[in-house]
Amino acid sequence: MSFRDLQARLAETAYLAADDLAMALHLALSLGRPLLLEGPAGVGKTEVAKALSTIEAAPLIRLQCYEGLDASHAIYEWNYQRQLLALRAEGGDADAVFSEKFLLKRPLLEAITAERAPVLLIDEIDRADEEFEAYLLEILAENQITVPELGTIQGRVRPMVVLTSNGTRDLSDALRRRCLFAYVPYPEREAEIAILRRRMPGLEGRLAAQIVGVVQALRREELEKKPGIAEMLDWAAALSGLGINDLSDDPAAVQASLVCLLKTAADRGAMPAEVLARIAGKAA
Amino acid sequence: MRATQFPARAAGPAERLTGFIAHLRMNGVTAGPAETADALDALSHVAATDPDEARLALKTLLAGDGDGWVRFDALFDAYWFNAGRERAGTARADHVQRQAARPTLWQPHFDEAGGDGGDGDAAPGGEGEAEGIDGRLIATRTANLTRRDLRELMDEDTLRAAERAAERLARALVDRRSRRQRVDRRGRRLAMRRILRASLRRGGEPIDLYRQHRPDRPVRIVALCDVSGSMTVYARVFLAFVKGLVGADLKTEAFLFHTRLMRVTEALRDTDTLRAAGRLSLMAEGFGGGTDIAGAIRGWCDAYAPAGAGRRTVVLILSDGCCTAAPGEMASALARARRKARRIVWLNPLAGWRDYAPVQAGIAAALPHLDAHLPANTVEALAALEPELARL
Repeated sequence: MSFRDLQARLAETAYLAADDLAMALHLALSLGRPLLLEGPAGVGKTEVAKALSTIEAAPLIRLQCYEGLDASHAIYEWNYQRQLLALRAEGGDADAVFSEKFLLKRPLLEAITAERAPVLLIDEIDRADEEFEAYLLEILAENQITVPELGTIQGRVRPMVVLTSNGTRDLSDALRRRCLFAYVPYPEREAEIAILRRRMPGLEGRLAAQIVGVVQALRREELEKKPGIAEMLDWAAALSGLGINDLSDDPAAVQASLVCLLKTAADRGAMPAEVLARIAGKAA
Repeated sequence: MRATQFPARAAGPAERLTGFIAHLRMNGVTAGPAETADALDALSHVAATDPDEARLALKTLLAGDGDGWVRFDALFDAYWFNAGRERAGTARADHVQRQAARPTLWQPHFDEAGGDGGDGDAAPGGEGEAEGIDGRLIATRTANLTRRDLRELMDEDTLRAAERAAERLARALVDRRSRRQRVDRRGRRLAMRRILRASLRRGGEPIDLYRQHRPDRPVRIVALCDVSGSMTVYARVFLAFVKGLVGADLKTEAFLFHTRLMRVTEALRDTDTLRAAGRLSLMAEGFGGGTDIAGAIRGWCDAYAPAGAGRRTVVLILSDGCCTAAPGEMASALARARRKARRIVWLNPLAGWRDYAPVQAGIAAALPHLDAHLPANTVEALAALEPELARL
């Protein structure tokens, strides 16, 4: 199977991947390596994992990272209550309570001990602390988890791992070395129109081109938070919900619907009606 | 498109790929033997005879991060397609053209179904003439010229002093602790509130002891150094100063600007001095030209601030404030940067002059947005900044 096949299968699930992303996914699948995706917010990094789980018909296990995430939330935890109960009920044997029966599986342990290889999405890894990256190394490279009281748990299956990062901090070289890498940029105009038409087939061609034109123009403006693909789709849905067929028809409604695209007060302030009209006029 | 001619001694794809990895490593990409093996493995999963597929596959495997992703195509072309190297002799031009359709090196090996990959003598590029052209990108003349320049820079005592001053400053800025206490098992102090609360469960006996400490809240420094014409006299000292800042802490970022903004963190952090000098000098084209401070600050806000800056960032601008942009632009650029960063400090060599007054339109417009505007015309002045910065 070549990467073109994979690209076509992804397209069936309405995920249009660029060549380099499709190649990265293809290699990640055939080499069994984790894939690290970087890029601005809202370009569909998380969606990749969902699309992958759809085409592989594999369950999706998602681990959302945050500052302070630690092993007990991500990998495993001992079930203290049950251990205490067992000790009280059965008496003395302290070693017996450190067995798999008393282990609470968290996403990572769950992923490698599943019956069928799942898609493991580790979302926004750059938000987690650096120590957490170190936990990941063993899992990503050896597909195993070491529990000090129990020994090493070898993975039954090799999950397809997708890591995403927004680049709020540099990831360690050790982690990068173990991953394949793909940078997902904002799509080109044509690609974005294709995505929009794919997601909203009912939309008129001219309006689709206008919407994408405006969003692309907005990305070139100096905004604090640039609109991603997700915002673009939201906006398109909002416009079609409002029954707008051409951006120049109802400027007031279009202006009001910008809440879908511009998410800070400063950005709203930077886009008064005249500026929007100019951009929309150019895009049309 | 012309394909690189490899010497006869380079046998088989494995060796050429090793050469490619070495070429990447020379250009600052972290890659070793393990990556070579991975790359060969990866190529066996794609149509390796297609240059574009091979490029995509190697890119995803070796690029590593966003910067590498952008640079990879140029490095790939340089190695496999002889980019940037025009042959002086014309005698073999027809030969090259015949092979221009695709890089010949894949043909003899991957077109065979078995792919035995052993004998390199089948490679059509294997005539002895190709000795010197093994596809490495070496910008010899440029590197030599500027290397000498920067070596002088490294020698002088003042520069070393500047570097030391920078390290001290960086430490004064970076080592910050939170004012608040947080529960921590290895903390030094007892967390009395927590202990009291827990003692309720024990009938008022403080049996469970909790501890707390003040977590580190390190500050990130972003240094923007002006290297335009008006700053030539100071540029070398400031460069050493910035190098000191970068060396003191792993999270510090450094940028140079004149009319464009360049990130030089990696180049300054390079432990190989000669390579660092080479990388810096390649970036430094345009040293001593005009200045666009507002544009540089805007560039930082656009490209780098979203990823790295936050409420713990201190932006240091080293410039004399002579700027071609309109004062209004300067003010709006700084106002934007102000929202991204916690503090903005302007180190101005002119401010150390006796009768200096900030009357240039640019600096006058900038002043309201700055947390500090400090003199920095000598190394002593730089060193004396420590208490000022520690207060911020």
